[in-house]
Amino acid sequence: MTYDVTIDGKNYRLEATRAEGRWWCRLDGHEIEVDAIVARPDVLSLRIGNKAYEVKCERVANDLHLWVRSTRFSAEVRDPRSLRGRTRAADASGPRKLSATMPGKVVRVLLQEGAQVDEGEGVVVVEAMKMQNEIKSPKRGTIQKVLVAEGAAVNAGDVLAIVE
Amino acid sequence: MSGHFRMFKKILIANRGEIAVRVIRACHEMGIAAAAVYSEVDRAALHVLKADEAYPIGAAAAAESYLNIPKILDVAGQACADAIHPGYGFLSENAKFAQACADAGIKFIGPKASAMGIMGSKTRARQAVERAGVQLVPGTSRGLDSFEQAGEVAEKIGYPVMLKAAAGGGGKGMRLVHTPRELKAALEAARGEAERAFGDSEVYLEKAIVNPRHIEMQLLADEHGNTVYLGERECSLQRRHQKVLEESPSPLVDADLRRRMGEVAVRVAQAAGYTNAGTVEFLVDAQKNFYFLEMNTRLQVEHPVTELTTGFDLVHLQIGIAAGEKLPFKQGDVHLRGHAIECRIYAEDPDTNYVPSPGKITLLTAPSGPGIRLDTGMYEGWTVPVDYDPLLAKLIGYGQDRQQAIARLTCALDEYFVGGIKTNLSLFRRIARDPDFRAAQLDTGFLDRMLKQREDKPDDQQSAVAAIAAGIFTALASEGSGNSAEANGANGATSKTPSNWKSTGRAEALQ
Repeated sequence: MTYDVTIDGKNYRLEATRAEGRWWCRLDGHEIEVDAIVARPDVLSLRIGNKAYEVKCERVANDLHLWVRSTRFSAEVRDPRSLRGRTRAADASGPRKLSATMPGKVVRVLLQEGAQVDEGEGVVVVEAMKMQNEIKSPKRGTIQKVLVAEGAAVNAGDVLAIVE
Repeated sequence: MSGHFRMFKKILIANRGEIAVRVIRACHEMGIAAAAVYSEVDRAALHVLKADEAYPIGAAAAAESYLNIPKILDVAGQACADAIHPGYGFLSENAKFAQACADAGIKFIGPKASAMGIMGSKTRARQAVERAGVQLVPGTSRGLDSFEQAGEVAEKIGYPVMLKAAAGGGGKGMRLVHTPRELKAALEAARGEAERAFGDSEVYLEKAIVNPRHIEMQLLADEHGNTVYLGERECSLQRRHQKVLEESPSPLVDADLRRRMGEVAVRVAQAAGYTNAGTVEFLVDAQKNFYFLEMNTRLQVEHPVTELTTGFDLVHLQIGIAAGEKLPFKQGDVHLRGHAIECRIYAEDPDTNYVPSPGKITLLTAPSGPGIRLDTGMYEGWTVPVDYDPLLAKLIGYGQDRQQAIARLTCALDEYFVGGIKTNLSLFRRIARDPDFRAAQLDTGFLDRMLKQREDKPDDQQSAVAAIAAGIFTALASEGSGNSAEANGANGATSKTPSNWKSTGRAEALQ
C-alpha cells in the first residue's frame, strides 16, 4: 500500500508492505524494516532496528492524532490513487464556518443573520463545565446563517454559524 | 479513648468524581458502608460503580442534584446514613447544608455551621482574624458600597489592587486593577461575576501583592479543643487564579517559618471555633512576610500531598473527628518526611486556550511505579459529562526529596495517556521539565511566564515514526482481519477509530 502522510504539516510518501510478520516500509525513498504488533486496540508497539516505540492513535472531534511515546502529532493519511486536487477554498474569500470547539450548551447568540462581523469578534457563546467560551468569527464579513438557537446542545465540530 | 464515641456504620457521600471515590475508599478501609448519590448523567460514573449503595438525586444541573439539599437529606434518610461527607466543592462549604444535616440528626463531616458562616464570607473572615491579631493583606474588611468608596480605598492603599468576591472561590469574581482608570469596569465585572457564580454580589478590595507565593497550612481540630497543623502546601502554580500544581513542603518555607505560619493558622481556626479538617491560605511576599488570605472550611483538592509527607490519612481523621474521637496525636508527633507534588488533570485543551473538553475516553493508560499515587474518577469507555467541573484525576509523585519526586512525576506523566478527549497532561510534562520549576523558582506568575516561551519542537525522527505508524494503522484497518487493530478491538467505539480514520482520509482526498 502507498500513502501520502502528513505529520504536523510535513509530507511523507510511505509504502508499507507486510511480509513474514514484518513491515517493509519505504519512507520518502528510505527503506526501513519495522516490527509492529498491536498491543491493544489503537496502540502499536514498533521496533525499528532495536529502538522501541509505543504509538497510540486517537481521534478528537475532526482531528487525528498519533502519539509517539508522550509526544502528539497531527496526522492525515491519504491514498494517492484517490482523486487529486484537494486545494482548499482560499482562506479570505468565500463562506467560512464557525464550529463549536467543545460540546456544551449555546447560552447566547451575539450576532444575528445579516449582521456585520469583524475578524475575531464573538458570534456565539457556548458553555460547558462551568466555563463560557466565545466562538469568534474567522474573518470580517456578514453573518450569512446562524444554525443554532440559545439553549441548544452542541457537539464539538458542530457548525454554529456561517460567515460570508 | 474508645468507648466514648460510636463509629458510623454508613456514610453518604454528597459528591461525585475522584473525591467521591477517594472517600468511598476511606469508608471501606474503616469498615463503613458507603452510599453514593448521582445525577441523571452520572449513572455510569466511577463513584457509583465503587459504592455499596447508590441513589439518584435528579437532573444533570448541579442545582437540581448535587446542590439539592432537601433531596440529599431525603436519600440520606432513606439510606439510614449516620453521616454525610461533602467532599470539596458543591455543598462542602455551605453553612445552611451543615445546619440542615444537624437539624436532621445526621452528622456533617466538617466544621459546624457557625464556623463555616464566619469563614465562608471573606469579609467576615477578615473581621474575625483581625480581632485575633492576625496580619492581613491591607484592604477593606467589608463589602464596597460604591465606586467612589472603592476609588478612595484604592488610592489610600495604593495600586495595584485586587477586587474579590466576598463569597468567592476558584478565581471567580476576582479582578486585578492596575490604574484608577480600570477600576469602574473591573468593579462592575467582578460584581456581575460574583452575582452569577455565588448569588451574592458583595465585593471587597485589597492590595495586590505582585507575584506572591500562595502557601497554605493544613489544620485538623477535634471536638475536644485540640488543634494541630500538618505542614504547608505550596500552591503558587496557578492559571487564572486556579491552582494547577501543589507541593509539600514548600521549597520556600523553613522550620521556623512553618512553625510561625502553623501557629497563626491554629489561632485563626480557634477564633472561629473551628473543628474537623480545614486550611488557612496565606500570601507570602518576596521578604517572606505572610498575610492571611482566607480559610477553606473543607477537605482540599490537594490534600494528598499532605497525606504523603505526614503519613496521616486526612479522610480517616475527618471521619474519626466527626464521630467524636480525640485526635490520636499531638503537634509534637507531626513530622514531615520526603516531598510530594500533585498535578490536577483537567479535561481541557491546552492548545485552544484551555476550553473544556468533555467527551468519551477512548483509550486510557494509567501510570504506576514507586511513589506514584493516582486519585481518579474516570475509566476507559466513560463519557466525561459537560455539566461539571473538568477535574478528572490527580496524579501525585512522592520521593525522599523534591528532586526524586519530580523525577518520578516526570516518568509517570509520560506514561499517563488519556485518549479521545483533551487534557492538560502536556502542560504538566512541560512544567516538570522546566528549569525554573526544577530550581523551585515559583510564584503565581510562573505559569504565564513559562507559557510565553516557545515549546520545544519534537524531533524529525519521532515525526518519521509517526508517519510509519500512521501507515501501519491505516493498512491494518483496511485489512480488517487477522492481527489487525480492528479484530482485537471488539468493544464498541474503540474499534471504529481506524476505519473512521480511513473514511476521513478518503473524504479529505475527495475535497
